[in-house]
Amino acid sequence: MGKMNIVQAVQEALRLEMERDGDVVVLGEDVGRDGGVFRVTEGLFERFGPERVIDTPLSEIGIVGAAVGMAAYGIKPVVEIQFMGFIYAGLEQIFSHASRIRSRSRGRFTCPLVVRAPYGIGIKAPELHSESSEAFFCHMPGVKVVVPSTPYNAKGLLTSAIRDPNPVVFLEPARLYRSIKGEVPDGEYSIPLGKASVYQEGVDFTVVAWGTMLHRAADAAEGFDCEIIDLMTLKPFDEETVLGSVKKTGRLVVVHEATMNLGLGAEVAALAAGEAIEYLKGPVIRVAGPEAVVPMARLEDDYMPGVERIKRAYEKVMRY
Amino acid sequence: MPIDTLDRFEVKYLRIIDENGTADPSVMPPLPDALLKNIFEKIVLARTFNQRAMSLQREGRIGTYASFYGQEAAQVGSALAIAEGDWVFPSFRESGVLIALGYPMRRLYSYWAGDERGMQAPPGLNVFPMSVPVGTQAPHGMGAAWAMKYRKEKKASITYFGDGGSSRGDFHEALNLAGVFKVPAIFFCQNNQWAISMPRQRQTAAKTIAQKAIGYGIEGMAVDGNDAVAVYKATTDALDRAKRGEGPTLIEAFTYRLDDHTTSDEASRYRPKEEVEAWRVKEPLIRLRLFMEKKGLWTREYEEGVGKAALDAVDREIEAYEGMAAPEPSDMFRYTYDELTARQKRELKEFGWER
Ligand SMILES: Cc1ncc(C[n+]2csc(CCOP(=O)(O)OP(=O)(O)O)c2C)c(N)n1
Ligand SMILES: [Mg+2]
Repeated sequence: MGKMNIVQAVQEALRLEMERDGDVVVLGEDVGRDGGVFRVTEGLFERFGPERVIDTPLSEIGIVGAAVGMAAYGIKPVVEIQFMGFIYAGLEQIFSHASRIRSRSRGRFTCPLVVRAPYGIGIKAPELHSESSEAFFCHMPGVKVVVPSTPYNAKGLLTSAIRDPNPVVFLEPARLYRSIKGEVPDGEYSIPLGKASVYQEGVDFTVVAWGTMLHRAADAAEGFDCEIIDLMTLKPFDEETVLGSVKKTGRLVVVHEATMNLGLGAEVAALAAGEAIEYLKGPVIRVAGPEAVVPMARLEDDYMPGVERIKRAYEKVMRY
Repeated sequence: MPIDTLDRFEVKYLRIIDENGTADPSVMPPLPDALLKNIFEKIVLARTFNQRAMSLQREGRIGTYASFYGQEAAQVGSALAIAEGDWVFPSFRESGVLIALGYPMRRLYSYWAGDERGMQAPPGLNVFPMSVPVGTQAPHGMGAAWAMKYRKEKKASITYFGDGGSSRGDFHEALNLAGVFKVPAIFFCQNNQWAISMPRQRQTAAKTIAQKAIGYGIEGMAVDGNDAVAVYKATTDALDRAKRGEGPTLIEAFTYRLDDHTTSDEASRYRPKEEVEAWRVKEPLIRLRLFMEKKGLWTREYEEGVGKAALDAVDREIEAYEGMAAPEPSDMFRYTYDELTARQKRELKEFGWER
């Protein structure tokens, strides 16, 4: 056991999986000698060499597309996209190929690939360095989407993602990378994909959140007796845990930083409406980013749902 | 039957002023003194802007900044070849291009401070906002040139990108389209030898980026990117050709990024100091100064005057930028669509952003 941050936790999961399985390779821009722009892959190049920690040209279609081919062949590529805002060129490869090669080949070929990317707003970075477009990937049948929120679950979830036989998009909240520390067990362990965790138990209402917003939602919860669910795997998400909690509390708030329209909050709300409406005492409330292009640094704090905005939602849901 | 040769290619390289400030008369264009002085003065201005940006960043007065130190000849030399009416598609590295074109420096500082109001080009200046996703602007340059051709206007577009950008599919598709439709587009690559920690050789197994033009059937050439006169000439020729309807050109300017990739980077982790020092003596101002001195255009007093004027101008712009009122949160909604959506109107109320 030791305290570490998410950068270290992700790094440790990569190192342990690379030690365990000689087929795991890491590739991306600046991941080798430089150790990645967030230093997540620091030390791996020295430890495993340039054939397993591969510095690539600046070529997102190429990197993601090549990883599909590698994965189908049996290698286990862990791709790093430098920021989520630069993943879009690779979308076609993920959507049109990684997600459906299993379907298209009737199970003959699969794509056990991981695409990691720093994600989300909150580090006052330049344009397109603050995207939270997790919903795009959640919309793709055949792809799993994971967002860790603590060092402990970052390590365990990434371990599972690498071992998973399906393509996994693993989004690491850049704002949390070094801002929180937590206990992380030594050695390998895994946290199953598709399972949420109850971050805090409570009775009055249920809050569903992930990544950075999980911590905001928890900060806003002071003075409320609410149950907070850390979704962790966004696709496929743990409907059972969410429904179980909603049936218990009768109220639901979903918090995410992405713009509200067709964000994952809509899916969670629809699940509650479709499967538990008779338990609901009032409307499901979504707290989300505004309907705007993610702004640069000066307006970033206004864009991100803050503790005040989340509190207002809690107060509102409690009026029912 | 022996193996036939279907075609042969060569990659041309232009250098006019060498590192000692000596011009090769066989390629030296007849440039007016005023233009040479303008190039010199804009380089000093751009460099002054850049130095101040670096210190403002250290002081927390702007955000992450991408320095173009060492690349001023490539940026200013090409920018001064651009005519009114031409369109420019820069990447984030091109603050120097924008300064040479007369883009207000206060807006550049705003931009680098994370204030979107800095992204609006003033009327008459057809400069797209700097592209952050590498290479994605290349097709835009092609498309604007296509529109110019459609309208039968004697204009051209110029798209800037780096050696890293040449690895992106967008770049290749843009060159291919530009060749097929023979549009008046210039693709200007500043090969500054590095893409963050990736050296140029890691981007392509080809000897040059200029030769990529061959595969797309368009003109391509390399130029000494630290020789402002050579860059000016190559860009002017390419723009002229484009405007005569002779099609696109890819220009590769060999230059060097003397600073870290951005203020968030630490280049000493991945590149040898000796390499940086070897390039430092080739930086563009040294040779331009020597060359102009030989022509009687440079004196110490002249440079001091230029430097002082640049500092004053930059200081005035910093003051103007820092004097701006903070952006209102509602600014986020102002340009999302041509008019507010119903949801945005609701959110303005809900977030208390109405004024
Ligand atoms: C599509 C995309 N991928 C990755 C990045 C992150 N990134 C920013 S600059 C850069 C290197 C760019 O190198 P180059 O094209 O040579 O331009 P330079 O920075 O040297 O001016 C990278 C990888 C990005 N901005 N866009
Ligand atoms: Mg470069």
